[in-house]
Amino acid sequence: MRKFGIVLAIVAAAIVPVIALVTLPAWAILVGIALLGAWLALTRTGRQAWSATAVGIATIPQRLGSSSVVVVGIAGVVGVLIALLAMAEGFRSTLQQTGSDDTAIVLRAGSQTEINSVVDSDTIHVVAEEPQVMRDARGRQIASPEIVVDASIPKKGSTLDTNVEIRGVGEQVWELHPRLRIIAGRRFTPGLRELIVGKNAAREFANTSIGSKLELNGEPWIVVGEFDSGDAHDSELWADTNVVATTYHRGNSTSSVTVRLTSARLFDAFKAAITSNPQLKLQVQTTSTYYNAQSEGLTKIIRILGTTVAVIMAIGAIFGALNTMYAAIATRTREIATLRAIGFRGVPVVVSVLIETLLLAILGGAVGAGIAWALFDNYTASTLGANFSQVVFEFRVTPALLAAGLKWALAIGFLGGLFPALRAARMPVTDGLREL
Amino acid sequence: MSPLVEIRNLSKVYTRGRQKIEVLHHVNLDIAPGDFLALMGPSGSGKTTLLNLIGGLDSPTEGTLSVGGQRIDRLGQSALARWRASNVGFVFQFYNLLPMLSATKNVELPLLLTKLPAAKRRSHAGVALELVGLADRAAHKPGELSGGQQQRVAIARAIVSDPTLLVCDEPTGDLDRQSAVEVLTLLQRLNRDHGKTVVMVTHDPKAAEYATHTLHLDKGTLVEGVVAAEKAAQAGS
Amino acid sequence: MKYFNLIWAALFRRKTRTLFTLLSVMAAFLLFGLLNSVREAFSSAGHSVAGASRLITISKVSFTMELPQSLYMRIQSVPGVGKATYANWFGGVYQDPKNFFANEAVPPGFFDVYTDFELPTAARHAFATTRTGAVVGASLAKRFHWKIGDKIPLQATIFPQKDGSNTWTFDLVGIYHIANPRERQQEDALFFNWKYFDEARQFGNGKVGWYITKVAQPKDADRVAQAIDAMSANSDHETKTQSEDAFQAAFVSQFADIGLIVGSIMGAVFFTLVLLTGNTMAQAVRERVPELAILKTIGFSNRSVLLLVLAESVLLLAIGGAVGLALAELAVSVIRTQIGAQIPMVPVGLTIWLQGLALMAFIGLLVGVLPARRGMRLRIVDALAGR
Repeated sequence: MRKFGIVLAIVAAAIVPVIALVTLPAWAILVGIALLGAWLALTRTGRQAWSATAVGIATIPQRLGSSSVVVVGIAGVVGVLIALLAMAEGFRSTLQQTGSDDTAIVLRAGSQTEINSVVDSDTIHVVAEEPQVMRDARGRQIASPEIVVDASIPKKGSTLDTNVEIRGVGEQVWELHPRLRIIAGRRFTPGLRELIVGKNAAREFANTSIGSKLELNGEPWIVVGEFDSGDAHDSELWADTNVVATTYHRGNSTSSVTVRLTSARLFDAFKAAITSNPQLKLQVQTTSTYYNAQSEGLTKIIRILGTTVAVIMAIGAIFGALNTMYAAIATRTREIATLRAIGFRGVPVVVSVLIETLLLAILGGAVGAGIAWALFDNYTASTLGANFSQVVFEFRVTPALLAAGLKWALAIGFLGGLFPALRAARMPVTDGLREL
Repeated sequence: MSPLVEIRNLSKVYTRGRQKIEVLHHVNLDIAPGDFLALMGPSGSGKTTLLNLIGGLDSPTEGTLSVGGQRIDRLGQSALARWRASNVGFVFQFYNLLPMLSATKNVELPLLLTKLPAAKRRSHAGVALELVGLADRAAHKPGELSGGQQQRVAIARAIVSDPTLLVCDEPTGDLDRQSAVEVLTLLQRLNRDHGKTVVMVTHDPKAAEYATHTLHLDKGTLVEGVVAAEKAAQAGS
Repeated sequence: MKYFNLIWAALFRRKTRTLFTLLSVMAAFLLFGLLNSVREAFSSAGHSVAGASRLITISKVSFTMELPQSLYMRIQSVPGVGKATYANWFGGVYQDPKNFFANEAVPPGFFDVYTDFELPTAARHAFATTRTGAVVGASLAKRFHWKIGDKIPLQATIFPQKDGSNTWTFDLVGIYHIANPRERQQEDALFFNWKYFDEARQFGNGKVGWYITKVAQPKDADRVAQAIDAMSANSDHETKTQSEDAFQAAFVSQFADIGLIVGSIMGAVFFTLVLLTGNTMAQAVRERVPELAILKTIGFSNRSVLLLVLAESVLLLAIGGAVGLALAELAVSVIRTQIGAQIPMVPVGLTIWLQGLALMAFIGLLVGVLPARRGMRLRIVDALAGR
């Protein structure tokens, strides 16, 4: 019973550094490592610990098989964690970049997404006339009435139809997307059934390259250009909003109106002006709020999923590391006992076993992070977005994710090394020497 | 009566790297049924090798070896294993019990290779433990028994499948005097009362006194074959 | 079986090491169970028994485009059609968008086509006669503690009422059950009266989202589908008719390649597991060389020793794996009752257990085979001499 109590106390004490490892910023951990290095180099106990560690590391080649359990186990956890979080990060940042604070999107109240929304032509004019809306050099309001419809187009190399977003855009749309560039072909001509295709859409979907003919709602269209906007619009095909309205029998109504404000600070005034008008039943958001909200649900689910999977894998990896390190100190019993016999104290022995485990863990973390980065950075995936259409995005293995992965590796290594380290320190010297 | 063990011109050569070491050199030996033979000799003389060959743990390089009329020198590994299971019991210096099994379960091990039902296996093991005087230790694990007791469990294991031949390699080598006497007396009793033929390697002359014959090996050959009783008579005269 | 004691004792010779290894195996199979439950939920979307005999007719342009209600009579007259019905996606929100569940406007005949939705006769009658009536699945009712007679307000996202109000209030008149546990995620839905919906909505009147047709003879499905599509060919509402399975499979595949994601994770998990348990078995056999030699001395054949070690390794995987899968089964049932349809999961049933057991046996043999061969090949004489 008493032994059980001791184990519980150690577990409780071990939780604190683990939480610290996972929550502290990277710089704090680096400072910690630097302090540890200084202690190893400068104090007597530290130097003892370092020589004990060096002896331990020198024997690793003799137990390569079991040491690789720590490395591979942790590499697996970190690799899966980073890959899944990179998916969430890629989706989030694609949608986040789509919005900005000085453009606003106006939808019918309650509709949440453009595909559900209908805005009539009178409303479009009232919205565009608001004083907060920016005007171009020729005095026209920068507002784009937009229609969102879905077309069924299969992915390349597949026969299954997927929903691809067709966006009818107004003449002023180019002023709303200053970063957008035409990378091949030309812009569509207003009034004609011409489309330009986002670079991700062109890559993913069949029959969307320049010159391709597409049938939309029974009418023939042609792709004349390809654009790169660096955001979620890259998954769409764009055309003149009036022509899309005709093809889809929309009359004068559109799905939404997007406007550029003269300043982001004027958004509240713009919103107030529209929502206080009893004639209008509209909802007003900055495009950054609108697109961030679209990424929230999926990003959250992937993060929860990724963390859950990684936690379960980490539990497996911790027990693997415990086995390895217990076996390591068992094979090194004599050596550790000899160190103790010639005057090494308990602390250096504990620290040396811990450092050895942490080094293996960091190696595993680096391997896992490296594999995740090599396989998944910029890996293209797509999912169904808010408008029931495909959003193409790329996995992003960011430095922050790599750092998070290494932190997980350190935490697993710490838990896997602590108990074997304590056993090594408690081992009676005479028993150890007798063990031949 | 024909001998139980008949050894003719038996040689054993080990290859260690490029080196060839002839451990046994044209040995001839008969062991009669009911004999208790002690094999003595300096270390490296080949006595353990000879014992291993008699017990069917190893195969000779040359010569013939038959036990109970059956040639075992040319048997394959699995045939040898089957042969050992029913014909030989082994006792070793370090007892070689399985540490995670109780005494009964250790004794039962050889019976797992037979078709006996579980209840019969248990009762046979019980009888064997009774015979070595450890019925009250049946549920103990080897770690909970003294060296002498462990060796007696090992002897119970050796006799449980009722083999004709017991092969013992330094059975008292790791025991104190008192325990050694117990073990040797037990072997003697098995030999006299139960008709087991015993072949025992030992370096301890006191242990050899319990045997009916003692043979000496040196550098792979039998140097003399003197009946212990004669030797004792000579010593007494 | 008589060797079981021996194998069991050998397995727990080093209790701590075996326990740690078992916990690792358990973690791996817990993940296996959870992830496979999700994957099966996605892939079974296209493989239900009932779904094969039902056809879905949507607009050829996109499933977000609506079709005229006038098609209903014409579809019913197509030879080979058993019963037909239709539905509109309503997309209403209950209190908070996070409370997502499917809600559709359907005519009373909907439940003649979806016969696997078990709705009491009285409730069906109430649904047909109550203008603002709605029925919900049992799990959804449980999730929000609804009972018959409750008023359920939904905020429209697509369809405002004629007066511009977005709030639609329904009277709960029935609760349906689905017997097949694998289909039970369809209990997370609300259906309300199409007639009320069509009269009260601001626009789109007289249009339906999709038609569902039950064919009289499943073998006629292709022919019926072609006949339905032929009726609208070259009109302004061309249709595309396919089996419900094909429709759902296509829809699900648009979310993500779940198979690939789950497959990659499982690959990483099991690669690690093989190394980990393989190492444990190697250590176990290495330190037991003298014991294995004894077994061979006593007369155990090479094959017996090989099988003993393999059995030990399979047993190690089987114990840990079974505990892990049992935990997964428990976790899935808790998750399914607590958060409903947000993460689609099927119960850990026979299929997943069989896959799991096969995997345990396979990994057990895989990691056992090298140590077992080592045990098999050891020479008694050398092993006893400590060489």
